[in-house]
Amino acid sequence: MTTTQRLSRVDAVNWNRLQDDKDLEVWNRLTSNFWLPEKVPLSNDIQSWNTLTQQEKQLTIRVFTGLTLLDTIQSSVGAPVLMEDARTPHEEAVYTNIAFMESVHARSYSSIFSTLCTTRDVDDAFRWSEENPTLQAKSELILERYRSDDPLMRKVASVFLESFLFYSGFYLPMYWSSHAKLTNTADLIRLIIRDEAVHGYYIGYKFQQALNEATPERRQQVKDYAYELLLELYDNEVRYTESLYDAVGLTEDVKKFLHYNANKALMNLGFEPLFPSSVTDVDPTIMAALSPSADENHDFFSGSGSSYVIGKAVATEDDDWAF
Amino acid sequence: MLTDAHAPLAGTLVYFSTKSGNTHRFVEKLGLEARRLPIGRDEPTPHIEAPYVLITPTYGGGGAQGAVPIQVIRFLNDEHNRRLIRGVIAAGNTNFGEAYGLAGRIIAQKCQVPLLYRFELLGTDDDVARVRKGVEEFWKRQT
Repeated sequence: MTTTQRLSRVDAVNWNRLQDDKDLEVWNRLTSNFWLPEKVPLSNDIQSWNTLTQQEKQLTIRVFTGLTLLDTIQSSVGAPVLMEDARTPHEEAVYTNIAFMESVHARSYSSIFSTLCTTRDVDDAFRWSEENPTLQAKSELILERYRSDDPLMRKVASVFLESFLFYSGFYLPMYWSSHAKLTNTADLIRLIIRDEAVHGYYIGYKFQQALNEATPERRQQVKDYAYELLLELYDNEVRYTESLYDAVGLTEDVKKFLHYNANKALMNLGFEPLFPSSVTDVDPTIMAALSPSADENHDFFSGSGSSYVIGKAVATEDDDWAF
Repeated sequence: MLTDAHAPLAGTLVYFSTKSGNTHRFVEKLGLEARRLPIGRDEPTPHIEAPYVLITPTYGGGGAQGAVPIQVIRFLNDEHNRRLIRGVIAAGNTNFGEAYGLAGRIIAQKCQVPLLYRFELLGTDDDVARVRKGVEEFWKRQT
């Protein structure tokens, strides 16, 4: 059943002899992206935090607690499990980085809490997270795959966590940021969002490598399981979203963000997107908060043809880039 | 130029895709004539003989440094190749914020050609339809 050959022994890892260039490429990218929450001046958000209503504060703390749970799962179960399935010693090393950065992410939410919130409100939110059925359900759906003996489905679950499940939570700081609130917190979340993209890309790449070696029947089976799991997670995610965002009237736009990111999670696995563009049209202000240039018109084709879009001056100092 | 006399009137696509193959998948879905740049860093860079639109991924997650794949830089460092570029399409990921599709912006600025389009990962059906139609009309306008 297993299509991934596990490393049967431990050899000294030699980064000058690579079986897969992608391992070094991703290692370099991840290590150059390293950051700690202390680098972000979260205390500048205290004034802004105090403009939120009690309901908005509670929502924000709960959202961040939910995200903390996912990061904790990924750090202490997800990445270590993937390590066991690694095909190269370098891949194992990349997962140690992923595991640690997920710990940094989880730790960051506590930095936000200690800067902005009262201990009692935070304790309440952690209690809420332990009792919330939809949050616990998504945790269980993922952990079930991590505990299974199917290395391909472990990677599928991992990519869905990294590239889909986080986004019901990431929506909120992007929303606050688009309203000029909690902007430093949003800066920190953007660092997390950047990391998760590399994680989803890399695990998805390793998944596709293993899948390509499987029989056609097995490939079809895994694909079916993957879409099945996505839909199961999606149904639960919609309920989770409603329970959090109905009160502030944001549920429908968060769902669009879920569709948009579910498509990207599938693409990271090499599968075609599922949700049509009619349900992925996220509020442009949210997209702009995520990617400041995303609202600029870079669709030259659909423009009048007169808008000659040339990139603005970008500082590049790459030595090889000398014409 | 002698070789250009034999070149088709409409331009072609030239693209780079790493082993992960996202951009390759996108180009496959376009179904247009396209030439892939070699993945190996040591392989010789090809010589293009007709005007082309370049499709490139962005090495995301960082700043401008390293955003353009080295193989694409090497290809564009060939003066002949660079003279024939007419536009650029960039793949990327909005998760990288400011750096989304950054390779496209850098190349557009360096080569003074339009950044025609950006898409994420494999591209959606809408992206494929827009680029296919857009590229065809773009070449008509060029001739």
